[in-house]
Amino acid sequence: MSVASYVKDIADTVKSTFEGMSITFSHLFRKPMTIQYPDKIPVPIQETLPRRYRGILEVDLDICTGCLACERDCPITCITIGIEMNKETKQRQFTHFDIDVCKCMYCGLCSEACPTGAIRHSQEFEGASYNPAGLVRHFAPTQQNLYKPKKGGETEPKLVTKVEIGLKYLDEFATPDGGAAAEES
Amino acid sequence: MQAFIDQLIQEGAFAGVPREVVYAIAMVLTALIVLSVFVAPLAGVTSWLERRVWARMQSRIGPNRVGPQGVLQWLADGIKNLLKEDLIPAAADAKLFSLAPYVVFMGFLCTFVVIPFGANLIVADLNIGILYILAVTSLVVVGILMAGWASNNKWSLLGGMRSAAQIVSYEIPAGLALLNVVFLAGTMSMQGIIKAQGWAPWDWFLFNNPFIFAAFFLYFTAALAEGNRTPFDIPEAESELVAGYVTEYSGMRFLFFFFAEWGNLYVIGAVATTLFLGGWQVPPLPIFDNNPLLLGIAQFVTFFVKAYMWVFVAMWVRATLPRVRVDQLMALCWKYMVPLSFICLLGTIGFMFMPENLHRVISAATLGFAVAVMVVFLVRVVFQIRNAKPELYLKPHI
Repeated sequence: MSVASYVKDIADTVKSTFEGMSITFSHLFRKPMTIQYPDKIPVPIQETLPRRYRGILEVDLDICTGCLACERDCPITCITIGIEMNKETKQRQFTHFDIDVCKCMYCGLCSEACPTGAIRHSQEFEGASYNPAGLVRHFAPTQQNLYKPKKGGETEPKLVTKVEIGLKYLDEFATPDGGAAAEES
Repeated sequence: MQAFIDQLIQEGAFAGVPREVVYAIAMVLTALIVLSVFVAPLAGVTSWLERRVWARMQSRIGPNRVGPQGVLQWLADGIKNLLKEDLIPAAADAKLFSLAPYVVFMGFLCTFVVIPFGANLIVADLNIGILYILAVTSLVVVGILMAGWASNNKWSLLGGMRSAAQIVSYEIPAGLALLNVVFLAGTMSMQGIIKAQGWAPWDWFLFNNPFIFAAFFLYFTAALAEGNRTPFDIPEAESELVAGYVTEYSGMRFLFFFFAEWGNLYVIGAVATTLFLGGWQVPPLPIFDNNPLLLGIAQFVTFFVKAYMWVFVAMWVRATLPRVRVDQLMALCWKYMVPLSFICLLGTIGFMFMPENLHRVISAATLGFAVAVMVVFLVRVVFQIRNAKPELYLKPHI
């Protein structure tokens, strides 16, 4: 080791330490990156998630036709749908529409198969529960009639927006490429 | 302190009690007061502050939940550790294992005997003050080796051995750097060294000559290494040794090691302040003339702020530099710091032989150099902020 390299080593040490300390000191004046989930945040975290986020499944039962496509497509049968004929009104009704969030693997196959976009992923991800039964989402608490699509489009004002939301979801997100084609165009 | 007790005895406050008993009780009481009122909260708050400062330097937030801005985090951690199970491994040497944390802690706590918080606020102004500090801090090595050996664990043993090698090596540059000041002051007493300096920066030993300026940084680096601080924390290197000599410890015994580490930071700062930065010296303002209490408070605050600034620098270094390897650690000490500290010592001796009027010129030049370094540093900080274009957040809390 020559004297020149010895002195250079010392100079390098001092210089790099000096420079490094100026960088760390400048960080004291920067805003921290941390998001203080769940309480010290300006808006709920669900609202800041991307729209294609695959959260817990939600079902809009008002526009569900009861075709059972989602139940058949689910690889792990976490969706169970019960439909029976109401003898008084002669209408088919849901007896139950349950999704077991414990089992769901968020593959999105059900939302791709749905003809009306009634079943879809929400931005919700907080699934904590005290028992496994609490993780089963019941979407048909009361017996409810199936949705019948009308020829020439929906006319009832209460359902028009719901159908629009469902179809938009189908077009933009519930496609095998995750809506990439819709985003490009 | 002794003078105060002597005065009380003279006045007959403890009539009929043997002098030695009074001294013993006074010593125990002083130790308890120092420990519970100053050292314990200091080490605790330092642990919280370190986590906060470190977090902010890494664009995180750090503990801010327990109490306002998390200031009570250290209490929560202390209570948690008190309630934890105190495990002693079956194969460990139980007696040594239990004793080791207290030996480490004692090595650190004994230094508070000679730390001068103010002109009259010192437990004992020993005439060998600096030598005493170097001597009692060596007790830490014994404790760490004890912990490493008694744990009967290869990580602990390696950590203890590394620590012993490290502390013994780094005592040499630290001692030589401190010797510069002892030469200039002509005394080893802490109060004597402070009295040899003045309140103004140009009266401090730090800017006395360029060699002592370099020696200060050698001392600070060596002190960090002696305190097992990052970047020299190879005895407890997490990536290699799990936790080194504290691997097998749990609960309060575990905490005692870190108690000593955080408290030791303050000791490093206090020694640096006493020897290089003018200690408790305050400007002779007229309001202090007839107000000894105010003067005492001003001295304490001055000393505390100066000492705590170096605690902050130690945190800052920790956030900046990565851990060095064992061979790099030894090379840094023996190949670089020991020769450099000898050069500094010779330089200071040479400086002392120079004519008196040359002293002032050299001191002024050193102070000018230090100011220039500070200015360049600020310029670099501003450059870093501009270069990164960050979202500025000037509040210290979040």
